[in-house]
Amino acid sequence: MPKAAVIRLDNVSKVYARGARPALDNISVEIERGDFVFLVGSSGSGKSTFLKLILREERPTSGDVHVAGRHLNKLSNWRVPHLRREIGAVFQDFRLLPNKTVFDNVAFGLEVIGKKRHHVHSMVPETLELVGLAGKEKRMPHELSGGEQQRVAIARAVVNHPPILLCDEPTGNLDPGTSIGIMRLLDRINRTGTTVLMATHDDEIVDQMRKRVIELKGGQLIRDQDRGVYGAEASV
Amino acid sequence: MRLRFIFGEVFNGLRRNGTMALSVVLVTFVSLTFVGAAALTQMQVDKLKDDWYGKVEVSVFLCPEQSRQVQCAAGRATTAQEESIRSVLKDGSVAPLVQEVTYESREEAFAKLRERDTDNRFALLTADGMQASFRVKLTDPEQFEVVADAVKGLPGVDEVQDQREIFKGLFSLLNAATFIAAGLAAVMLLAAVLLITTTIRLSALSRRRETNIMRMVGASRGLIQMPFMLEGAVAATLGALLAATGLWLSVRYLIEDWLRGSVTFVDYISGADVLTVAPWLLAIAVGLAALASLATLGRYTRA
Repeated sequence: MPKAAVIRLDNVSKVYARGARPALDNISVEIERGDFVFLVGSSGSGKSTFLKLILREERPTSGDVHVAGRHLNKLSNWRVPHLRREIGAVFQDFRLLPNKTVFDNVAFGLEVIGKKRHHVHSMVPETLELVGLAGKEKRMPHELSGGEQQRVAIARAVVNHPPILLCDEPTGNLDPGTSIGIMRLLDRINRTGTTVLMATHDDEIVDQMRKRVIELKGGQLIRDQDRGVYGAEASV
Repeated sequence: MRLRFIFGEVFNGLRRNGTMALSVVLVTFVSLTFVGAAALTQMQVDKLKDDWYGKVEVSVFLCPEQSRQVQCAAGRATTAQEESIRSVLKDGSVAPLVQEVTYESREEAFAKLRERDTDNRFALLTADGMQASFRVKLTDPEQFEVVADAVKGLPGVDEVQDQREIFKGLFSLLNAATFIAAGLAAVMLLAAVLLITTTIRLSALSRRRETNIMRMVGASRGLIQMPFMLEGAVAATLGALLAATGLWLSVRYLIEDWLRGSVTFVDYISGADVLTVAPWLLAIAVGLAALASLATLGRYTRA
């Protein structure tokens, strides 16, 4: 009995402009509950499009996308917010609100989806402790290091316990030492059962973690390997 | 939680975008003042019509001794002619339009003139120089032409006069004022819509960081857009309230206190009439804001 796929792409293609080279070309991938997957490939390989299809920021030109039990091709616009509540998202540029404290930044993600105040006040400290920021609730983002800011962003992404965590180059702005700390954190979150899909350029991290690797090139899936490394040649 | 969030956002948005919000308030204030003024002018016109048209009569002047009219060539109207005119008015096809016919003899006309002529300007006139007439009250003053046509040109009829003619100038002036006010209102309303659109757009752009995060964490589109819509609506509503207050004060002090004291024979609009206009002004303000939001928000806070 195979584990349930939380993300499934069936023969998915995406063409942005009529006649242009497809950004994704007939991709079929299944990602199961609890997986940790690296999505690698050079710029323009289709990584961003892959993530956008899962978040339903874009719709596929052809093929089917299933995420968290929803068929995204058939998902109406007003249901999209409910999909997004099932997906935590972390980006290279952190995307914190500069005029809010650490606590308020994380709480913001719960408040705007209508969580009750007492719920917010129990979830936020718990999550800040998980990401290693206990005691820094009242700090402002500009008072934190890059690594700490990314931890705030991760806290905001997971505070509502989404089954899926998407990370788009989360270590892109961080030095190697800090990056390792972030990867440990993501690994810990993954061990609680959260499916993590991380797009990255960071070969060292991919090589160290030895997780499943999906490689895209020119919109095509050229490698899907368990316990893989960054460059295909290196594994030979 | 969500309500608190929305109102917090609205307040923040208005504060951060203070000058723009103020300009929206002022432009809607001015434009709705024109809308209200146009509506009130028309209400005044209707009031005057109701008031005056009920009182006015159609006067059918009968041929005097000497008249330039062809049908009066035979001299003063005879009793037989008078009777036939009266029967046309009372029993002819126009009878349903006629409420009352009174005959005013030359002597009566002369007596009335004397009454009014306190400084003896017409001292040289005699009863013989006056003109007898039928004074006709109509059931519907608007039907004047029909009645006039029925008696005009009958032997013994010198001239048919509609007293409404006296007010025509005034009413066309008031109507022109209405048109000017409505025209200005239309231009100002357009300006208001454009300004609200710009304000909402600026506000949405300046808070793009917040709205992007809200989309990302799965806030509903309503929650994302509501603060912007409310911002426009609050500013426009403030403008409408100012306009209603301004109109009410004008009517209260200019018309009720001043005009009513100096020109007394007219029935004027009152503060109560402003209160019937005010809800419409509010509705227009909210409608404009909604229109502007719809036109803007789809593009700036997409799902």
